[in-house]
Order: sequence, then C-alpha cells, then structure tokens
Amino acid sequence: MDNLLWIFISALLVNNFVLTYFLGLCPFLGVSNSLETSFRLGLATTFVMLVTAICAWILNTYVLIHAPYLRLICFIVVIASTVQFIEMLIKKLSPTLFRAMGIFLPLITTNCAILGLAIFATNRGYGFWEGLIYALGAGIGFTLALVLLAGLREESELSSIPELIQGTAMNLIIAGILSMAFMGFAGLFSSS
Amino acid sequence: MKKNESYEEFIKGIWRDNPVFAQVLGMCPMLAVTNSAINAIAMGGATFFVLVGSSFLVSSFRNWIPKQVRISCFIIIIATFVTIADYTLLALVPKVHKELGAFIPLIVANCLILGRQEAFASRYPTRLAVMDALGMATGFLIALFSLGAVREILGDGALFGVKLFSENFDPWIIMILPPGGFLTLGVILLFFNWFKYKKDEFLEDVAEAERSGS
Repeated sequence: MDNLLWIFISALLVNNFVLTYFLGLCPFLGVSNSLETSFRLGLATTFVMLVTAICAWILNTYVLIHAPYLRLICFIVVIASTVQFIEMLIKKLSPTLFRAMGIFLPLITTNCAILGLAIFATNRGYGFWEGLIYALGAGIGFTLALVLLAGLREESELSSIPELIQGTAMNLIIAGILSMAFMGFAGLFSSS
Repeated sequence: MKKNESYEEFIKGIWRDNPVFAQVLGMCPMLAVTNSAINAIAMGGATFFVLVGSSFLVSSFRNWIPKQVRISCFIIIIATFVTIADYTLLALVPKVHKELGAFIPLIVANCLILGRQEAFASRYPTRLAVMDALGMATGFLIALFSLGAVREILGDGALFGVKLFSENFDPWIIMILPPGGFLTLGVILLFFNWFKYKKDEFLEDVAEAERSGS
C-alpha cells in the first residue's frame, strides 16, 4: 500500500512528467491558452494514460517476453489503435463525453508522454496495479502542470508585456519557474 | 540549377526554418537530454540517423503507401529506425545510452520527424527529401549542441567534461536541473525574437530610404 502511494505521489509531484521529464511539451505549450481547454485535455490524457498502462502490461507479460526488440513498434501500434477504437466507442455510447474530450484523443496518441509512460513503466518493472497507479499519478500531474500554466497565461494576457517577449519564449520562462517550484517537492520523501 | 535546388533544401533547415529555434518542434528530447554537450550530441546523432533514414525510405515508397494509412506507415518506419539506433548506441557507447535512458525510444514521438515525413518526404523525390532531412537534422543537432553546451558550461563549468574555469567558479547547479532547460531555451528564443525584430526594423529602414531616394 505504501509502495503504491509512493508511486502515485512521485509521478504526480516529484517526478512530474512535464516539468521534470519534459514529456508532452507540445500540448503543454500549444494548448495551454485557456483554462477550460487545458483541463479537458488533461482529463483526456489521463484517460489515455490509464488505457496505455493496461495495454503495456498485457503486451509486456504475454507478448514481448518472446521478442523484446519489437517493443517500440508494438507499443506504438497498439496504443494508437486502441485509442482510435475507444474514440469510436465513446462517440457511439456517450456523445456528451465525446464532445468534451473527443477532438483531443487522436492528438494525444502522438504525445510523447503516453509512450514515455509505457517505456518508464516497463523499465521499472511495474506490475499491473503499480502501472495503473503510476499512470493515474502521471495523468493528474500532467493536468496539474497544464492547468497551472494556462492560469498563468490567462493572467499574463491582461498585463502589458513587451511585444518582444510574448509567445513561446515567455511561456518557456514561466515553465522554468514552475519547474523550479516543483523541485521543492523533491524534499518530500528524503526527510521522512 | 539542379544542384542549387538541393542546396536550398539543405540550407533552409539550418537557419531560416531551424526546427527548434524557428518552428519550435521536437522540444521534448531537446530539453530532457541537453544537460551536457556529449549527451546532446549523442541524441542529435541518433535523431540525425532516424530522420535521414526514414525520409529516404518514405520518399522512395511514397507512391506505394496508401493515403489513408500513411501516418501509421510513417510511424512504423520511424520506429524501426529508432530501434536500430537504440541497439547501436547500446552496443557502441553503453555509458551514454544509460544516461539517455528512455529518451532514445522516445525519438519516435518527436514531432519533428513525423512532421518532415508528412510535409516533405512523402511529396518530393528521394534526392530532395534526403537533402531536406540532412538540413533539418543538422539544424536540430546544432540547436541541441548549443543548448547542451550552454547548460554544461554554466551548470558544471566544463565542456565535454574538461573544466574551463578556475576553482573559484561557482557552478549554477540549476542549469543542469530541469528548470535550467526551460530557462535556457526561453532565453535563446528571446534572442532569436530580438534578432528578427532588429532585422524587420532594418528592412523597413532600407525600404524607407529607397522611397525617399526615388
């Protein structure tokens, strides 16, 4: 139990996917201009991450022990097709949910955070539940980082900023400061 | 004329359409592994191999790949090259491979590579596609190296592990930690913005001078 909690907190705060591992930066910088959208994107990503964790576990346990060199190709193909399938399923079953996160699903498939999650979980030899909890932590951590940056960007739009700094350069510097703040969480575990 | 054309494709990737500084693509591996110059070069080299190899293959097969499933085809081709690069690095430089860790497989998800296949390699003849890939990959390598070098010099006081300053130099530890990556790239982009701004201003001045002269 303790172990699972550790994995969750670690993926959520200490080793936040975006701010420490630099995964999923494209949506992080691209879509984070409004709070509403980034929250939805975060939710959709968390969902895809959970699905990915299950897929990766199945592949690792039953298929890839026989052919480890095919891991990368397998992961990509399986994740992409599963997400596509789930997208169709959601569209059929719940149009409301589809409207809330549908457009993001195909975009997320190519997000490096998803593949990164599968690879990290494999490298660390996580089992089924550990993998699932890890995915949950990583997904919520991604959402948290995205929402924080979106909030800051919405605020900054109201203030007068020199034209030169606006755009990606400023977002990167904001992200750097956020990342510094998240480094503080590293002390969370060493002391106890 | 023909030679000129491929030269154009090559050179545009290095400066005008530099994948990192001008298009802001391929950021994830860019920031994650550039805490030292040698890691940056290994990553740049692997990306170089994957990009050139897959551009060559995609553009050779461009007439046989069905339009509807092209993205999946591209991804499988890219993943194959990444697997080759992964195992080659593991065999040749195990130490660097260990440090780069999971980020080598993650080259697959580098939007720069898929972007080039979709925008260029699948539409142009093989020679041009390879030249384009060479230019883009060189541009990416230069960007990785400049970021890695800045971070290693400031964060460790060294370049390629060779100490540059006297012992009184106090390293900025923050630069080799994650926030340093964001800050360095942010500042480099700022510099590029400033450069573009100055250039526009200069061009405007020239146009103004011409108008008043004529």
